[in-house]
Amino acid sequence: MDVILFLEQCLNGLQLGIMLFLMAAGLTLIFGVMGLINLAHGSLYMIGAFACAAVATWSGSFALGLLASLVCAAAAGALIEVGVMRRLYQRDHLDQVLATFALILMCSEAMRWLFGSFPLYLDVPEVFYGAIDLFGVLQYSRYRLFIIVLGLLTAVGIYLLISKTRVGMRIRAGAADRQMTAALGINISLLFTLVFALGAALAGFAGALVGSIQSVEVGMGEPVLILAFVVVVIGGIGSIRGALIGALIVGMVDTLGRGYLPQLLQLVLDPAVANTLGAALASIAIYLLMILILIFKPQGLFPAHG
Amino acid sequence: MKNKLITSLLGAALCLAPQVQADAVKVGMITTLSGGGSGLGVDVRDGFMLAINNANNADLEVVIEDDGRKPALAVQIADKMIQKDKVDILTGIIWSNLAMAVVPSSVNQGVLYLSPNAGPSALAGKGCHKNYFNVAWQNDNLHEAMGNYANGADHNNSFILAPNYPAGKDALTGYKRFYTGSLAGELYTKLGQTDYAAEIAQIRASGADSVYFFLPGGMGISFMKQYTQAGMTTPVMGPAFSFDQGILQAVGKSALGVRNSSQWNKDLDNAANKTFVADFESAYGRLPSLYASQGYDTANLILSAMQTTDISDKDAFRAALKSAQFDSVRGNFRFGNNQHPIQDIYVREVVMQGDVLTNKIIGVGLKDHQDAYAVDCAL
Repeated sequence: MDVILFLEQCLNGLQLGIMLFLMAAGLTLIFGVMGLINLAHGSLYMIGAFACAAVATWSGSFALGLLASLVCAAAAGALIEVGVMRRLYQRDHLDQVLATFALILMCSEAMRWLFGSFPLYLDVPEVFYGAIDLFGVLQYSRYRLFIIVLGLLTAVGIYLLISKTRVGMRIRAGAADRQMTAALGINISLLFTLVFALGAALAGFAGALVGSIQSVEVGMGEPVLILAFVVVVIGGIGSIRGALIGALIVGMVDTLGRGYLPQLLQLVLDPAVANTLGAALASIAIYLLMILILIFKPQGLFPAHG
Repeated sequence: MKNKLITSLLGAALCLAPQVQADAVKVGMITTLSGGGSGLGVDVRDGFMLAINNANNADLEVVIEDDGRKPALAVQIADKMIQKDKVDILTGIIWSNLAMAVVPSSVNQGVLYLSPNAGPSALAGKGCHKNYFNVAWQNDNLHEAMGNYANGADHNNSFILAPNYPAGKDALTGYKRFYTGSLAGELYTKLGQTDYAAEIAQIRASGADSVYFFLPGGMGISFMKQYTQAGMTTPVMGPAFSFDQGILQAVGKSALGVRNSSQWNKDLDNAANKTFVADFESAYGRLPSLYASQGYDTANLILSAMQTTDISDKDAFRAALKSAQFDSVRGNFRFGNNQHPIQDIYVREVVMQGDVLTNKIIGVGLKDHQDAYAVDCAL
């Protein structure tokens, strides 16, 4: 096996993991703090990507687009929390799933109505085009390195916010005991709106970052939502640390599976069979991983309240 | 006595009823107008309706419904259109899996089906049917043309990839059917995959002199963007689906210079095509795509059959359809024994015209080409 290719694939795995973390962080934050299953997370991701594409095309500035994705997704999140979610905290999870599923359909149609049925144009800025030389031997995409750096910064930022600031302390308190926190004079409904908007902003930010190397179109959020749920379940529902580690594991397993499973199978099988079987196995590898982890750790790797 | 009179009157009315409807043709269009991939359905519908509106034929009625790209929904709509709306002709389906769910049962109920896009191999060979016409292509055709073109373009070490599903396998089989060089690699990716870093790394390491990919819709946009952003310069080829007018703007300048195969392009030099392109632009304010051209041809085929025959005589109507006496925007167009097109397939290159990305024809991939399954069809 080629060592340089293997290194590059490991970097790719790391980068996919970081992207997945950006998508899953908001989801797990909302679930961990508010006990709410939000299927519309993928729609917020889509809103972020569309906002970034529209603003970047209009202004010519990718940075402004990123900012717009944060603002629009957070605003949409706050609106959804105040308008819909607030009525659902006391209901069971099935009601939440139904309501947020309805939101998916409404958001998709709204986007189609606003922007049309054709995919939008969103490209990374010129500076991130092309590959960069790493250690003189490895060519690696600049934009993917940029995503790795931004993702790690985001992870550190969330960690500091939750564990070192007063708002973070209140969020943790609200997660542990909602009524007691409210009794201590903290405006719990404002706090929840804030958390929901923060989770939405993370989703929108991920949508903008990832959308610029993928396709910005209606329905782009749903496949992401499924992956984000896999990450959250593996990592332990509600745990930010779990989401980070779960995302990195999923990213590695998926990338290395796609890169090497067909070749490994060729050692024992006919090439044509190995190719098809390898591709099929690679595409279900992360789900197999999820099953294995759930057998041995039903609460996920890092249970939030354990 | 009175009862008897009413019964006989009713009987007479029932006998007359088909006579009244006989010359009117009712077309049901089932296509994807919402959700992912709706751009294709919108284009087919717009192209189809452009021809209908231009013809202004009062005997033709069209009902349109959205299948949301869901096979179960498409089947429901087809049942409703056949049983309740009593359509004579069904058309519009974009995706092969939806076509396979709807077409066989519909044509067996005596309804004509004219495909404006999907051409699964299962309906072209042994499974061909006298009520099934494909106005677009058999699924393999565009890939075969690109494989043939690669030989002439001095590509003899291609890396090929497609999603791991039936149409993906058909695509790579089609490419390999005509391509004579060696393969630097052959990959099947997950359907709906959005990140291609692992695949691009393998292409880079493989030493390929060309890349052929079939990744329809958003998958192709993602792949092309990531491919050029990673600094890859190995020439890329694909079928028209990933470089179509509807999505070229979303791919952006990454697509420049890519060669792709298509049975149609807006610069094809024939009168029907010039009218079509001009009318489409003025009606909808955008450039037509190949899907729009297929919808337009489908409608004109129906209209041409209506001019010479009556829908009540199914055999004559089928014969009129099969003779394809209409001015196709593709120029040469005729049906083979399996009622799939025999046509030229061109190679196009993505160019910038003003500030709009579009395609121009640079060669012919396969001339007067018929699909490989026609020999198995008993028609």
